[in-house]
Amino acid sequence: MKRVALYGAALGFTVFAGFPFYWMLITAFKQNRDLYVGATDLSHIPWIFNDPPTLEHVKLLLWQTDFPRWVLNTLVVVVAVVVITVAVAVPAGYSLARLVGRWGERLGMGIFFTYLIPPTLLFVPFSRLVSLLGLQNSLGALILIYPTMTIPFSTWLVMGFLRSVPWDIEEQAMIDGYSRLAVILKVAPRLIVPGILTVVVFSFTLVLQEFVYALTFISSVNKMTVSLGVPIALVRGDVYHWGALMAAALFTSIPLAIIYNAFIDRFIQGFTMGAVKG
Amino acid sequence: MAGIEIRSLRKHFGDLHAVDGVDLSIRDGELLVLLGSSGSGKTTLLRMIAGLERPTSGEIYIGGQRVDGDVPPRARGIAMVFQSYALYPHRTVFQNIAFPLEAARLPRKQIDEKVRWAADMFSISRYLDRYPRQLSGGERQRVALCRALVRDPKVFLLDEPLANLDAKLRHTARDDLKRFQRQIQTTTVYVTHDQVEAMGLGDRIVVMERGKVRQVGTPQEVYEEPVDTFVATFVGQPPMNLVEASDPSLPPGTLMGFRPEQFLPRGVFGAGEDLRAFRFSVRRVEYLGSDRYVYGSVAESSTPDATIIAKLPGTIALSIPEGQTQEFAVPRRALRYFDAATGLRRRA
Repeated sequence: MKRVALYGAALGFTVFAGFPFYWMLITAFKQNRDLYVGATDLSHIPWIFNDPPTLEHVKLLLWQTDFPRWVLNTLVVVVAVVVITVAVAVPAGYSLARLVGRWGERLGMGIFFTYLIPPTLLFVPFSRLVSLLGLQNSLGALILIYPTMTIPFSTWLVMGFLRSVPWDIEEQAMIDGYSRLAVILKVAPRLIVPGILTVVVFSFTLVLQEFVYALTFISSVNKMTVSLGVPIALVRGDVYHWGALMAAALFTSIPLAIIYNAFIDRFIQGFTMGAVKG
Repeated sequence: MAGIEIRSLRKHFGDLHAVDGVDLSIRDGELLVLLGSSGSGKTTLLRMIAGLERPTSGEIYIGGQRVDGDVPPRARGIAMVFQSYALYPHRTVFQNIAFPLEAARLPRKQIDEKVRWAADMFSISRYLDRYPRQLSGGERQRVALCRALVRDPKVFLLDEPLANLDAKLRHTARDDLKRFQRQIQTTTVYVTHDQVEAMGLGDRIVVMERGKVRQVGTPQEVYEEPVDTFVATFVGQPPMNLVEASDPSLPPGTLMGFRPEQFLPRGVFGAGEDLRAFRFSVRRVEYLGSDRYVYGSVAESSTPDATIIAKLPGTIALSIPEGQTQEFAVPRRALRYFDAATGLRRRA
């Protein structure tokens, strides 16, 4: 009986989580005639193919817009931002958690607060900065601006993560013959791996969905990221190209879902398990 | 091989005086136990010896060499075992034990020999290829000891190494540890809050409370001749009974202390024994197999409802009915006197 309830609940959640993907999938391959029927026709069943599926929306997305170009742009920005974020936030989080003592906590809070300032407040000063550096309408602007969101949060995340990793192992290494620097370079990274993965996933997701800054700083279509280009190109006035929009959403969300799953598994597994206590 | 000298050592964390002026001299080759409840400063003291914590003031010498200040942990010739064992999770048992040797850049062959020798000593050779998470608590603890051993340290520092083992394992582990220490004769500082462990392991015990050393002595000295009421009640299970007795032969404000196992029915003692008798009203009797604990109060006390405990060995079959008052007694030679105001021992 308990099992039935458990599986029932699991099934419910699976349907809940999977439904958006299903909706994207069928919308992306439905003929327009099947899509735009209006809410008044009650005999029409919306969640199945009433007409044979078509590749017309996917063709529109791939050959009549700059979608492949946007994907490439997004990847460039994502990789750059993730690298910058990890390079700055991991050492910062480590030193705030381990080396500064009581001040570390307060500084960490201060850094976190900067994350809470909404982009709508910041994009005016940022646009001054971007034009000063001559980065208007280039991916460089996004690579410069996005870390201002990812670094504070990631620093804070690494700090919090390190607080759950006991000091003992690093101290043990110092007793066993390592200098503090050697501990930081050789022992600590292995212990922080799950924290680093979380930072990567977080930065990745944030960059992928960011819209406001991209809209502000990018004006040429061939320099846009997916999150900006898709709505700009496929929403014309009040005409929504639902099929192509959903195809774009599907193509970006599926790799993301796969990456998420892969990382979350490793995260839960927990590298430090067995190292301390039982 | 080396002794440790500690002079007026202090460690303050803001207003908290974790270690508050400790002088201690640890002899070459002895097993010294730092005993105290949590917050007594025992772990902070150990961490200062290890170099993981910098003293606020004071001096530490290991083998005659001054190490407080800037001597890093790795240069102090120490090995430490943490309560958590702190095994490197992504290294096998072999790699864990080899870690300090690799850090010292020993040749491969020598590392291999040393690790196998140490693993043999703790009978963990079978586990060399496993990862820490695949081991039981007792096995992990032995790996941690092994790793400490291969360094050939001048001093062993052990921070509650048995605290995470289950009670059954703890006894054997204690025995193993003691035998091992006797064999290699390396100066060892052992931190624990468990007074049974302290009594069983220590050549000498240091009783600490709120950052200060209360008493240093052999287990016997600490048990039989406690210097104050804190030590008297902290060491020993159940704790020493303290009675403020209105006794004309004693100066006012004197606490009379006696161990529960000395407090027995009057009839048990021989005729020639010089006794101090009490009227003991029995509240409850606890049967524990080898012993009986009798809880009650004595009418002679100026605080008559204070709980007094008697510990009767199983050899005394006398029936002790609950709710009755009985004649109990303590041999006078087993009585200890303390100043009620300061808690300090008074030689009567």
